[in-house]
Order: sequence, then structure tokens, then C-alpha cells
Amino acid sequence: MQPAESARHRLGILKIRAAILRAVRGYFEGEGFLEVETPARVRNPGQEFHLVAFPAGQDRFLITSPEHHMKRLVAAGGDKLVQFCRCFRAEEVGPIHQPEFTMIEWYRTESSMDQLMADCEAIVAVAAKVAGQGQSVPVPASRGLGGSRLPVAGPFERYSVRDLLRKHAGITLRGDETPAQMRDLARSAGCPVDDLAGWDDAFFQIFLDKVEPHLGVFRPTFVEKWPAPLAALARREANDPLTAERFELYAAGLELANAFGELTDPSEQRGRFEAELAARKHSGRTIYPVDEKLLSALGQMPPTCGIALGFDRLVMLVTGAVTLGDVQAFPDDEV
Amino acid sequence: MATYDTSDIRKGLKVMMDGHPFTVVEFQFVKPGKGAAFTRTKFKNLLSGAIFERNIRSGEKLESANVETKSMQYLYKEGDAFVFMDTTTYDQVNIPDATIGDDAKLMPEQIVVEVLFFNDRAVGVTLPNFIEQKVLATEPGFRGDTATGVTKPAQISTGASIAVPLFINEGDIIKIDTRSGEYLERVGRA
Repeated sequence: MQPAESARHRLGILKIRAAILRAVRGYFEGEGFLEVETPARVRNPGQEFHLVAFPAGQDRFLITSPEHHMKRLVAAGGDKLVQFCRCFRAEEVGPIHQPEFTMIEWYRTESSMDQLMADCEAIVAVAAKVAGQGQSVPVPASRGLGGSRLPVAGPFERYSVRDLLRKHAGITLRGDETPAQMRDLARSAGCPVDDLAGWDDAFFQIFLDKVEPHLGVFRPTFVEKWPAPLAALARREANDPLTAERFELYAAGLELANAFGELTDPSEQRGRFEAELAARKHSGRTIYPVDEKLLSALGQMPPTCGIALGFDRLVMLVTGAVTLGDVQAFPDDEV
Repeated sequence: MATYDTSDIRKGLKVMMDGHPFTVVEFQFVKPGKGAAFTRTKFKNLLSGAIFERNIRSGEKLESANVETKSMQYLYKEGDAFVFMDTTTYDQVNIPDATIGDDAKLMPEQIVVEVLFFNDRAVGVTLPNFIEQKVLATEPGFRGDTATGVTKPAQISTGASIAVPLFINEGDIIKIDTRSGEYLERVGRA
């Protein structure tokens, strides 16, 4: 495409993007949410092992997600909070990754994971409608069955991680395997892993190779009941400590959203933070000060469910865009 | 043997897996939420041509393959083998019929091709994408016939029979796509 033609095409997408954003804001307003803005430059940008944050001045980094500060507002009494913000993740560039992207993150206190799923179904439906799609959206050949459409009317499919692994990889996962046992499980499923692979590395090798290609192909799919080692900031189920209250939403090859029944136990959260920081330190990654302000707020937090949804990917889904950069004004390589 | 990691992956990188040499034909960044980065990589087996895909975790090591390509000129056929000469060192190698396969029928003498060596043994030959050849024999076409898509066979000097349009005559020079074996255009007239 010629530069002028490409810019015109992009403006067309940006108009749809703006309309979707308005409609999603309208949904949250209708649900009685308070829209907030929290700092983009923070001391602890989120310390998950596989995230790399951009430094932003003395003792500050750009957020990889607004989670920590959103939770402090929940602890302060916010019962329905939503934020639309830019997040930043270094070293992530690909067809569905850009180092800058827009996240919609929302929290509901005294609520349920089912309610967050209902929110997702409503948001996908309203976005599809605004984008001029009916009950289904176009799926580009690069992400699915060529030339097909994905129905997006709810309810979406729901599967547990363990059921998916049994069905597509033929393995039974407990959640308390040693790394070596996990590597053996991966190999028995026909997934090559080296001896350096940790528990989660082996897990994701199986998940990417065997499970992900089947997710969200015929309907958007919620993947729920994640094994405890992948709990991140989620609480474990009361009657099953090997399972975390977490779900992800997949549709047409896109991972759209990640939700937690939020962990509000400060001492368990401190233990997980310290383990993550030790792992970061061990492998030479940047380490951040433990977020003490978050930890002291957690004690005041009521039972809460929270979720982050990638807005750019939502726009991709309902427009049939091939790359995430296609739905942004200027992807990283055009800056 | 050198090793690569995922950050070295690019199109054309040659690696060894399960004892076979592969070349990278496509790759992209993928990253499951909360998980490590992977490079979804499509490989072509340099011996069989088979394509397969693998998700390679960041930090995994790949072994380099001892393969190289050399520009060589096809000199002549000798028994069941074709004799090639390295255009820089003038070294000669014999490559058997079976390794070259159907391409032999589109390989005129003196043509310069890319020869792939694996562990110093020639394992494949890649012709230039296009060759120009003289038509040795073909039935005369019907003058004034304007039908399109109608073809007739034409014999070229390398032994291949190419489907050509009716207006092609013996002695014409035609351009052929060696990947498909198809006629492209007439570039010279007898």
C-alpha cells in the first residue's frame, strides 16, 4: 500500500476503534462503574517473571498493568472500578504483541467470576455490533480456519485447564508436580522440552503445542481453574488448594482477557512476591522493591474479582485485523 | 558445533534437529499470558523438503547444521551422475541422478546452480528460478487461431517437454519457470 493509502485505511480502523471504546465505556457506565486513572510511572511495575518493564526515571518504571494501584483503590472502598490505560511491556513485538497497548482493567467487590464472564460476553457483543458485525466476526486465515467466521453471541464455552490437557494432550495434571515430573509429562505428550525447562515452561510448551490451537475456534472460550503454580495474584480455591481462581478468555487465536479471584491474604501474597523476586534475582532480571503499600492495602480489601482485557485485541477480533499493529495509529516500527 | 538461541532465529537459519538439517522458513513471537516467550518457527527439512512447526522457548539452544551452499556450474553428464564445477575453486563433484530428480530435465549444460552440501556431501541442487531455452521440436500452430489457454507440447534441449501456446515455433527462445516447469513467455523468435 502507498503511504497515503495506508494512512487513510488506518483512519478508517481508528474510527471503528474509537466507536468501540465509546461503546465499552457506555457499558461500564451503565453498570455503575467509576472510571479511574492511576499512575503510569511506578516503583514496582508488576514483577511477573516473564514481564520486562521499561525504566522511566529514578526509581520508576512504566506499568505493565495497573493492577497494584487499582487494588489500592479497591481497598480504599471502590466497589466497581474500571480503567482504560496504556500498558508497556518491553521485548514484546509480534503479530499480536506490541510494546505499548491499551488495557481495560476492572474490579468488582463481593462479586463472582461468573459476573466477570458475563461482562466479557457483553463487551464482545457490543464491540462486534459497533464494528458493524452481526452475531459473528470474520477470522483471518492466519488465525484460524481460512475465511471462516466466529459466532460471538453468548454464552461462551467454558473449560477447565485440566480438562483441556486431558482432551488435547492426553495427560492428567495435578498441579504439584516437580519440574522434572512436568518435563516428563510434556515429553509423554510429544512436546520437546530441554532439561532447563521449569514447571511453567513445560506447562506452556504443552499448552501452546497441544491446547491453544483448539481454543476459541468455534466459540469464544473461557479457560478456567488454572493450576496453583500459575495463580499469580489469584487466590486458591477454598476446597482445592491446587487450583487457582483464574480464567482466561480466548477467541479466534487471540488471548483476550485474564481474570482473578483476587488474593487478599497479605502474608500469602508476600510469600509469592518474595519467591518471584528471588527468581528474578537468580536469573539476573531487574528486581523491584516489594510493593509494601499494596501489601498493607490487601488486608482491607473485601473479596474481589478483577480482570484485564486487551483492548487492541478486542478491536482485532471484531474487525478481523491480522496484526495488533493494524489497529493502532502507529505500531512500534512506525514510530 | 555452534549453537543458536531463539534471538538468532531468522529466515534461512540452518539448524540440526533429530539428526536432520533444517532451514527456518517462517517465525513469529508468541507469548502465552503469564508464560515465557516462545518463537513459533516453521522449518523445512533440507533433505526431504517436509515442513514442520515448533514452538521454541526463549533461552532454548539450537544446534547449527553443517550445511553450506556453493555456486557450481553444470558441465556434463557421466553415466548416472552429473558433473559440476565450483566456480571459484574449479573443484569438480559428481552428483547422482537421484539427488537432482526431475530438475535434471530443466538443467542445460553450463548453467550455474546452487548446490547444497550437508556434512560436505552434496544433497541438493537449486536451479535459477527462470531459464531460457530454444524449442527443438513442436507441431506448427494453426495460423489465426485466437483461442486462449490452448497449448501444445514443445521439446527443449534439456529433454523436458513444456506446454506452450500455439504460436510458438521451432527455434523460438522461451522463458520457463523452473519451480513449476511452466512456460512464461517468448523471448526470442526463430
